[in-house]
Amino acid sequence: MTAASAAPPSASSQVPDEQGRFGEFGRRFVPETLMFALEQLTEEYRKAKQDPAFQQQLDQLLRTFVGRPNPLYFAERLTQACGGAQIYFKREDLNHTGAHKINNTIGQTLLTLRMGKTRVIAETGAGQHGVATATACARFGLPCVVYMGEEDIRRQKLNVFIMRTMGAEVRSVTSGSRTLRDAINEAMRDWMSSVEDTHYILGSVVGPHPFPMIVRDFQSVIGKEARQQSLETFGRLPDEVVACVGGGSNSAGMFYPFVEDASVAITGVEAGGRSSTPGEHASTLSYGKKGVLHGSYSYVLQDDDGQTADVHSISAGLDYPGVGPEHSYWKDTGRVKYVAIGDEAALKTVQYTARTEGILPALESSHALAYAIDRAKQLDPSKIIVVCLSGRGDKDVYEVAQLTGQSL
Amino acid sequence: MTPSDRISAAFQTRQTQQQLAFIPFVTAGDPDLSVTCDLIRELSAAGADLIEVGFPYSDPIADGPVIQSSYTRALNHKVKLDDIFAAVAKVSREIPTPLLAMVSYAIIFRSGSERFVQRAVEAGFCGLIVPDLPGDEAAEFAQLTSQAGLALVQLVAPTTPAVRLERILKQASGFVYCIAVAGTTGVKEALPSDLTQMLGQLRKQTKLPLAVGFGVSRPEQVRGLKGLADGAIVGSALVKFLTPKEGETLDLPTAKQDVKQLANDLATAAHG
Repeated sequence: MTAASAAPPSASSQVPDEQGRFGEFGRRFVPETLMFALEQLTEEYRKAKQDPAFQQQLDQLLRTFVGRPNPLYFAERLTQACGGAQIYFKREDLNHTGAHKINNTIGQTLLTLRMGKTRVIAETGAGQHGVATATACARFGLPCVVYMGEEDIRRQKLNVFIMRTMGAEVRSVTSGSRTLRDAINEAMRDWMSSVEDTHYILGSVVGPHPFPMIVRDFQSVIGKEARQQSLETFGRLPDEVVACVGGGSNSAGMFYPFVEDASVAITGVEAGGRSSTPGEHASTLSYGKKGVLHGSYSYVLQDDDGQTADVHSISAGLDYPGVGPEHSYWKDTGRVKYVAIGDEAALKTVQYTARTEGILPALESSHALAYAIDRAKQLDPSKIIVVCLSGRGDKDVYEVAQLTGQSL
Repeated sequence: MTPSDRISAAFQTRQTQQQLAFIPFVTAGDPDLSVTCDLIRELSAAGADLIEVGFPYSDPIADGPVIQSSYTRALNHKVKLDDIFAAVAKVSREIPTPLLAMVSYAIIFRSGSERFVQRAVEAGFCGLIVPDLPGDEAAEFAQLTSQAGLALVQLVAPTTPAVRLERILKQASGFVYCIAVAGTTGVKEALPSDLTQMLGQLRKQTKLPLAVGFGVSRPEQVRGLKGLADGAIVGSALVKFLTPKEGETLDLPTAKQDVKQLANDLATAAHG
């Protein structure tokens, strides 16, 4: 890892390897106390993947509890207004609990039960992963503790209420930046002392191996469906797929099944925040350097001493100074293009999409939509763009109201 | 004599007298580096056999609230890597006690592994403890430290199964850091009973000295490790004295006095 390895010519979907490497990225940089649990999880997941009964139970829950498959929707008025490429939405916002996060939490809850663990912990930023974890735990009667930054608790009251209603305990994190990054630290610390009976349901494609792989696999249902639906609807693959990237779970799930389809352009949209000045954005792949954070080697926003930088985004779900190692791999292989969209564009796009399509997108998803709208204008009407509409915007209404000078 | 040999010698001195090595921890830069250097001198004078110097890190997963908030205070005071190395370079020459750096791999990687090792040697460190670089991932880095004559101390946890022990011990030098309790650093009421079993198993598999940390805070706990381990590591119980009370500023003279007092008691327990 000290020697800069040459970028492979193209990205493979046969990653990670046994050590959890996506190209040079990934691996495990965690205290020894957690290593056995990670090995156990890797092994249990390997077995579960080969177990038809596990797959069947997961499929059944995704169908009857989550509401999958969700539609690939033609955004007709948005397309007309742009006057360019056709824009389609992959409707993850229609899932139970309103976002893609539940695809992963259902899968990991089933793994928890397989491992015989009796308690679940999770971190959450925007609260969507916390809600999805609390929901899956309620469904299976598992006690659940969710760590959430104090600042995010303020921004996402609605989700805090939902988590508590589902029986989860929400613990406020007051250390450091009081956002997602510190919620992950706190969850890891809990896990250090509870690892024998507790499973940590990490919500994004970040952290030590095998989390980036497991979360990607459970989220890949998004891309698999979108790919199949494209073939059925257009008789071909889309020209471009687009998703927002914080830690990168909805995007990893959307992109992964398309990685080896050379004709499909793939674009990840990071949070550009207020500006490209350090501390004012959360665009890890656009402005970060290679480094270690939360147990994984990936791109990260750090200072020259290796201290994690402060980040900002209007969207709590993208407000994170790291990114999943597979995204770093896709960036360095050139398979995925990463761009940044700022707070203001994202906020405007929430309102624009609501009025044009009758769909209220989450602030996170709105970053991807803002890029897609710009992009569509540059392309011929014969081209097709599929955007992952990763979540609905109900959770953001207080924040959006406040930012647009209204009170609720 | 390599820097790493100085660590072995420190343990040997105590082992021959059937005593424990006393290994206190101090955060670099809390509240500032000049106080840190004072504390290092005091700890050395109190009888510390080795001293761990914690490099403040923004996201220390292995640490409990006491050390974590100490790191946050140091970083809020803008302590930089350059300043830490400069301060240690000075104090390491004034005292006979070998110094160890407790540092996250995030910091080492950003600095560049080779460069970090070189700077550590130049500053007079004898070894490194990298809590987030488990044995499996340490092979490449262990080569660098070994070439430089630095010890790379490996950690073993109560959750470490026998099959992992072998892999970890392959990369270990200096001593083995035995984590007493599954959890983060911090003061615990009692040390668990399965610790004895873990130490016994380790004895069979390594000739390296065994030092116990995480949860060790009181002289009687240190005394309890005699005949089982070769060293006792105490961090949070000492760092706690540097934590200002809510809404108050730190009373530095009192804090220093408290650190000195506890260090004396712990040293007496270890050496008695």
